[in-house]
Amino acid sequence: MAIIRFSEQPVFRNPWADFDRMRREFDTLFQGLGGSSVARPGATVFPPLNVSEDEHHIYVRAEVPGLKPEDLELSVEGDTLTIKGERRTTPGVEKLSYHRREIESGRFSRALTLPTRVKAEKITAVAVNGILTITLPKAEEVKPRRIEVKVGA
Amino acid sequence: MSDKEMQVQQKMEAPQSGEPTKPERCFIPAVDIYETEEAVTLLAEMPGVAKDGVEINLENDTLTVKGHKAANGGSDERSLLREFETGHYLRRFTIAETIDQEKIAATMSDGVLTLVLPKVEPAKPKKIEVQCG
Repeated sequence: MAIIRFSEQPVFRNPWADFDRMRREFDTLFQGLGGSSVARPGATVFPPLNVSEDEHHIYVRAEVPGLKPEDLELSVEGDTLTIKGERRTTPGVEKLSYHRREIESGRFSRALTLPTRVKAEKITAVAVNGILTITLPKAEEVKPRRIEVKVGA
Repeated sequence: MSDKEMQVQQKMEAPQSGEPTKPERCFIPAVDIYETEEAVTLLAEMPGVAKDGVEINLENDTLTVKGHKAANGGSDERSLLREFETGHYLRRFTIAETIDQEKIAATMSDGVLTLVLPKVEPAKPKKIEVQCG
């Protein structure tokens, strides 16, 4: 918290700079309270996605309850990942009356631009308990490379 | 109807009966309830909940459905985009007297809980003859 980056120091004395910094610090403070970062509202295209990465992979997770693996269609083209599918919730029973209908059904299709290049042939996807996890291995050229510092002679 | 484009449903947080002491979140699962001649069927969407994580309690006509989500995601992952929150699920329902409480059956598949609540056999109408005094 005490570290001030050079870029954050205003060139001239901006009267609002202190307020800005205060707001940022409050933001980080409240983010820490929730235990995890707050999801961005406003995603309207089904399914909502959580994307994360580690050193070697990108993980795309989607909540797709009630969908069988055969209902889902995944494809990667260049750096665009497309998730398509259809969910049908109509039970195979005649003569029924609904008391409550909150689960949506219908078609969906969502495209996501991947942040880095991936090995398209090594992508795996599993759906467990209604959560689809797509694991995309990063391409070799975008992986972080360790550079050894040599002792000068 | 299948041509309809699906929309994202924002998760609603379940009201807690008391102050939470753990940094866990509880959401209200979306449900479908439909009735046929023999039974009332309840479908609850609880993605991320395994079969063992479901807890169903019936007490004084109140049916409580709880879903405990297993931890997902490695801890050393860096989040790039977050569009959905993860947490447990909780919802309560009041059961009508026409339900046979002994015969409630539950199945869980692909993150959807199916509860079948069979109706009791309808009580036969009893005719009472009025005797002449």
